[in-house]
Amino acid sequence: MTASTSTSASSAPSAEARFRYVLRLADTSLVLGQRLGEWVGHAPALEEDLALANIALDLIGQARLLLAYAGEIEGRGRDEDALAFLRDAPEFYNVSLAEQPNGDFGRTLVRQFLLDAWQVEVYEALSGSTDGRLAEIAAKAVKETRYHLRFSAGWLVRLGDGTAESHARVQDALDALWRFTEELLTPDALDEEAAAAGIGPSLTALRPRWEERVGTVLAEATLKRPAPARYPWHGKRGVHTEHLGHMLGEMQHLPRAFPGAAW
Amino acid sequence: MVTETLTEPLRRSGAYPIEERAWRALRFVMDPEIPVLSVLDLGVVRYVRSQEGRLRVGITPTYSGCPATEVIQRSIREALVHEELGDVIVETVLSPPWSSEWLSEEGRRKLQAFGIAAPKARAAANVACPHCGSHEVERVSEFGSTPCKAHYRCSDCLEPFDVFKCI
Repeated sequence: MTASTSTSASSAPSAEARFRYVLRLADTSLVLGQRLGEWVGHAPALEEDLALANIALDLIGQARLLLAYAGEIEGRGRDEDALAFLRDAPEFYNVSLAEQPNGDFGRTLVRQFLLDAWQVEVYEALSGSTDGRLAEIAAKAVKETRYHLRFSAGWLVRLGDGTAESHARVQDALDALWRFTEELLTPDALDEEAAAAGIGPSLTALRPRWEERVGTVLAEATLKRPAPARYPWHGKRGVHTEHLGHMLGEMQHLPRAFPGAAW
Repeated sequence: MVTETLTEPLRRSGAYPIEERAWRALRFVMDPEIPVLSVLDLGVVRYVRSQEGRLRVGITPTYSGCPATEVIQRSIREALVHEELGDVIVETVLSPPWSSEWLSEEGRRKLQAFGIAAPKARAAANVACPHCGSHEVERVSEFGSTPCKAHYRCSDCLEPFDVFKCI
């Protein structure tokens, strides 16, 4: 295992800042993975059931690597399980889009596509992070995420450019979820601190690449790009929509009711 | 059945008998999901180092969330403890990330014989049905029964089959 050694004295973010930054990445993957897991046994076809479960598995695997690292940065003995199962919603720092309910298959795929397109950019940038450990995790994750993006983009085109019914449903989903995309692309103080230290990507620089990638697929899917979202949600600061608490209630029930349970 | 082809790291480590014994033992540690492949065929063992009575083994996971990774680590530990080569420490190595190009030639042949098409560097056009050899195949889904496999169907013999994904 290689530990990160960020030593440049003046601009190096504090351990607390790095802990929270890594949790943002970890929690986005964990929450999205948990949402996709809710589809297991319910997807429209067996192949799609397997695909969603596979993507969930990749995301939760990424989250485990990131959570384990966050726990090491924090240095208070919390491991990946403690961080996943024993924090409450205000201590989760995932982007708000990830926690939005699944809705129908089309809505799930819209959410997935918007986040896949973002995670591909984020992980590509993180592969060159000055934080060696993050760079390693990202270099692995980006290969998996490109598969996810091919899947969700492919479905978005099929549904958008499909029947009148499928088109209407994914357009509705896009209109409903678009307001959460501003958070992905608007840096706050922590994003800027991470970017300045070369740890994380500059979201300002990432924005045009994400917009172009998303725009190309939306055009092919004959979907109308919604008006720009004005309000940036603040999931990444721990301020969540009402949906996250319910999701965590289900996700965390077993380890909280039976601490240390194993099977 | 088992050929004596030594893997590249094994050849390099020829001067160290303990390490060589470890490499030999690892030939019989199988992937729990694809039991015809050893962990060496799979290319997940990055190094074996014997120092001061400790044997360190570096393992690269194939996919971040592959549940087989933990089983593989446990199996490797058990196999090496059984060989009595010292205290066994299994370490996770993330970088460079695992690639399907690390599958050994022997592993590719075993996959094909097991009914799983081996990964090809280029696009789906090259995939051949492992049952009848036809190239008239269609991709059903890029996500198959395990993270490392995609799901295909042969248009000639009509059989479904798995393809080991390129990553």
